[in-house]
Amino acid sequence: MPKVTWVLGNGKEITAEVPVGLNMMEAAVTNNVPDVIGECGGCLSCATCHVFVDPAWFAKTGGPSEMESDMLEITLVDRQPTSRLSCQITSVPELDGLIFKVPQL
Amino acid sequence: MPDPIIIVGAGQAGAALAARLRGLGYDGPLLILGEEPHPPYQRPPLSKKYMSGELDIPRLLIRPASWYGEQNIELRQSTPVMEISPQERRVTLGDGAQLAYAKLALTTGAHPRRLPAAMGGDLADVFTIRNLADVDALSPVLDPGRSLLVVGGGYIGLEAAAVAASKGLKVILIEMAPRILQRVACALTSDYFRSLHGRHGVVIRESAALLELLGKDGRLTGALMQDGSVIEADLAVIGIGIAPNVDLAERAGLAVENGIVVDGSCRASAEDVYAAGDCANFPWRGSRTRLESVQNAIEQAEHAAAAMLGAGKDYDPTPWFWSDQYDVKLQIAGLCRGYDDAVPRPGRREGSQSVWYFAGERLIAVDAMNDALAYAFGKKLIEAGLSIPKAVAADSSSDLKRWAAGG
Repeated sequence: MPKVTWVLGNGKEITAEVPVGLNMMEAAVTNNVPDVIGECGGCLSCATCHVFVDPAWFAKTGGPSEMESDMLEITLVDRQPTSRLSCQITSVPELDGLIFKVPQL
Repeated sequence: MPDPIIIVGAGQAGAALAARLRGLGYDGPLLILGEEPHPPYQRPPLSKKYMSGELDIPRLLIRPASWYGEQNIELRQSTPVMEISPQERRVTLGDGAQLAYAKLALTTGAHPRRLPAAMGGDLADVFTIRNLADVDALSPVLDPGRSLLVVGGGYIGLEAAAVAASKGLKVILIEMAPRILQRVACALTSDYFRSLHGRHGVVIRESAALLELLGKDGRLTGALMQDGSVIEADLAVIGIGIAPNVDLAERAGLAVENGIVVDGSCRASAEDVYAAGDCANFPWRGSRTRLESVQNAIEQAEHAAAAMLGAGKDYDPTPWFWSDQYDVKLQIAGLCRGYDDAVPRPGRREGSQSVWYFAGERLIAVDAMNDALAYAFGKKLIEAGLSIPKAVAADSSSDLKRWAAGG
């Protein structure tokens, strides 16, 4: 099962195994990662599951779709080059080791 | 051990309230009482991806079932509350057991309005969409080729029509008002969705008053309309709005008026009783307001949690909503209540469009159809209390980002 790490604003890390097929917003909520909220349940309506993908992993996760990119305009913390909405990243074996930075609200 | 905080209602608001209490450091006893046999789950997908079969129950849950125990939250499912007694500070359960509370939160939600039995509302094959059980009953009978009558052209009715049409049913939607979405949107948005549904074969009849549903041997056969016409149908979905669940509050003598009346801190009219979500009626920008949305369920519940622990700020949300129909995502920022003008703005992509609502010269709401950028900047503007000239809103080449940044 892919292991994923969220690095929080205070430097604390949360690492969890994320079942294949789950999206990373669901994984974050399940593992009590603060500030990843997922208000709309993952249907690309709210931009509350914003994360920064570790630059080393950005090639593997890929960039946002056009719609997602539009939604990244209203994240509470301004977008950066590796910003993604984590509900749009699905857990796959290739993402084992993935690291996110969580924007501090 | 001190008495617990008791949350009555295990929906989106109840779950958010409990999570926020723990998040804010409340480590005392905490109890959620829910009527349904499930842990709190998301309702929006019920009329969308759950109904179409793309999402299963575990992924519908707001938190995994194990989360509540991990957080030392006692979640009791299938546990309806019969009575609340603010004077004695206790709630009474179905089996007569009484539980004392230190503070009480009512997140009881709402229920769909039904057609009265005299209008055929209790015939078999007539459905509402609110709970998992509703959709679990409806989904298996949505067979291609059958005919579905949708009563009510609000978001729930339109979403149900979209799922059914996509599954190959013949769908007729009737709306009593002169146009669909009349209560919640302007004519431009109604036009957009009427034409979207038309392209998918849904027949929409507006200004169409239903006299009664017709049945034979207790099963639905169709509908008799006021103009004397008959619409044949195998199934019906009733989407004529929801009403707040206020029975408990009313019987306890709490102030109730289109919802449980609360103040800006989510306090109901009895000491240490709070309410949040679909069931709560709160003061907002000069008017009594009740919102039916996930955003409000979560944010008002979180506000109530903070208030229960002593915070004093008034709840002042920027409402937002969404709806998914076919391949169109509608996102709404703000509340169009009181608008006197609505300005269309073409989007950058085919089929994308937004509508900007103004009260005088002040921007109050945006409907964005497959136009997340318009939604994003509209929301930013409204949140910041900023406006834009109508001509700018209408000009698809104007730089919304610049305006949202303050000019």
